[in-house]
Amino acid sequence: MHLDHSETTAPQHHTSGAPARRVLGPPAPAGRATRRRALRVGLGGPVGSGKTATVAALCRLLHDELSLAVVTNDIYTREDAEFLLREAVLPPERITAVETGACPHTAIRDDISANVEAVEELEAAVGPLDVVLVESGGDNLTATFSRGLADAQLFVIDVAGGDDIPRKGGPGVTTADLLVVNKTDLAPYVGSDLARMARDARAQRGGKPVVFTSLAQEGGVRPVADWLRERVASWRAA
Amino acid sequence: MTRAALLVLADGRFPAGGHAHSGGAEQAVAAGRITDAAGLAAYCRGRLHTAGLTSAALAAAACAGADPLRLDEAADARTPSPALRATARRLGRQLLRAARAAWPAAELDALAGARPRGVHQPVILGVAARAAGLGPADASYAAVYEAVSGPATATVRLLGLDPFEATAVLARLAPELDDVAARATTAGVRAAAGGRTDVDVLPAAGAPLLDIAAEEHAVRTARLFAS
Ligand SMILES: Nc1nc2c(ncn2[C@@H]2O[C@H](COP(=O)(O)OP(=O)(O)OP(=O)(O)O)[C@@H](O)[C@H]2O)c(=O)[nH]1
Ligand SMILES: [Mg+2]
Repeated sequence: MHLDHSETTAPQHHTSGAPARRVLGPPAPAGRATRRRALRVGLGGPVGSGKTATVAALCRLLHDELSLAVVTNDIYTREDAEFLLREAVLPPERITAVETGACPHTAIRDDISANVEAVEELEAAVGPLDVVLVESGGDNLTATFSRGLADAQLFVIDVAGGDDIPRKGGPGVTTADLLVVNKTDLAPYVGSDLARMARDARAQRGGKPVVFTSLAQEGGVRPVADWLRERVASWRAA
Repeated sequence: MTRAALLVLADGRFPAGGHAHSGGAEQAVAAGRITDAAGLAAYCRGRLHTAGLTSAALAAAACAGADPLRLDEAADARTPSPALRATARRLGRQLLRAARAAWPAAELDALAGARPRGVHQPVILGVAARAAGLGPADASYAAVYEAVSGPATATVRLLGLDPFEATAVLARLAPELDDVAARATTAGVRAAAGGRTDVDVLPAAGAPLLDIAAEEHAVRTARLFAS
């Protein structure tokens, strides 16, 4: 069910459980017929928590070992896409922006059509890809990705947003495949108790992983990169 | 045929990308042309009788069996703004994806294969309605309602307009929606009559200000909606 989309399609075939159907259209490029499509990883979380910084750091660290592309969902500008372009974390043809009509969570959950289009366009234009990172527009604690769009999702919060966020929970904190607690360098200045955040997160997440990062520091994204490598390995093996 | 399929197709939550588009309302709000419920009503009426009529006739013709690729060319000819042509094809692709999941049909698959870059959304709407077992009049209704419901929901978000007032605007427009849908259906059925496709009988009503505003909107650096 995870064959490359240029050979089989049926909208959202990877979640429907229905048999993949052949489509009319150009045949799959030679050598790609048995290759799986890219792993699609969603990044959600509140405004300013460090989603774009995480995407940028992952691209810088992993672009030599994985074929990557990025879809951003900016809320009313193209700033995230432009930041990534300016920072030259990836060649421009690997970065696409999607507009979300004032409702970032709708674009990643209730009506994923624009994002799925964007992912497939990237795969068609610059593929084969190993991973497509889809950054949600900054939203609230209930925003999660549809399984029709993301194979795995991480939720990025930061210590400055209040150390009670893990305790409050909500779908992002409790159900994401990886919870990232970012900006640990700021903890002393905002009086956040990291041990308490870790304890609360563990209690909310029933064994699912949590990592603490400071992207202000060199190599700070490594715990997220390690998680991503593991996901890619199991995606390839499955 | 099942009439209830029309409710599924015309539902504002049908996942075909419409939520990210304002139907030109964002630019109209920015230019001060919509500031309240009365302005929204006037805007919707103008869009309904121009772009709405043209779209609905294309949808009806596609549903009645006219050649969708000829209709796509006819839609191009009726859409002077390059930004709106791009939007229509993008929304067409998104609608096609949702329609193929909802009402699998060889005709929809064939269109995806023939035009991977997309076909104008009203044409896909018509073929989707056909795949759903609906008729040309249903396709017209879905198109005319979309012509006014998009701007109404967008204006609620953009202006904080009272949602009850915005919905009342739509309700008061209902008789006009009936009228425009009927005209569009007649034209669309004529265009497909006798198993041929005669695009010249389709209406070509346009609104220059909608086209100009769409071009202005497309180059804005900050915006909430894709169109
Ligand atoms: N001190 C510190 N600042 C950080 C860290 N990570 C990100 N920032 C800064 O936090 C600000 C917001 O980061 P972004 O990556 O843009 O956040 P975002 O989640 O993408 O924001 P939105 O897309 O607007 O929701 C930027 O100024 C970053 O440089 C960190 O670990 N420590
Ligand atoms: Mg961002």
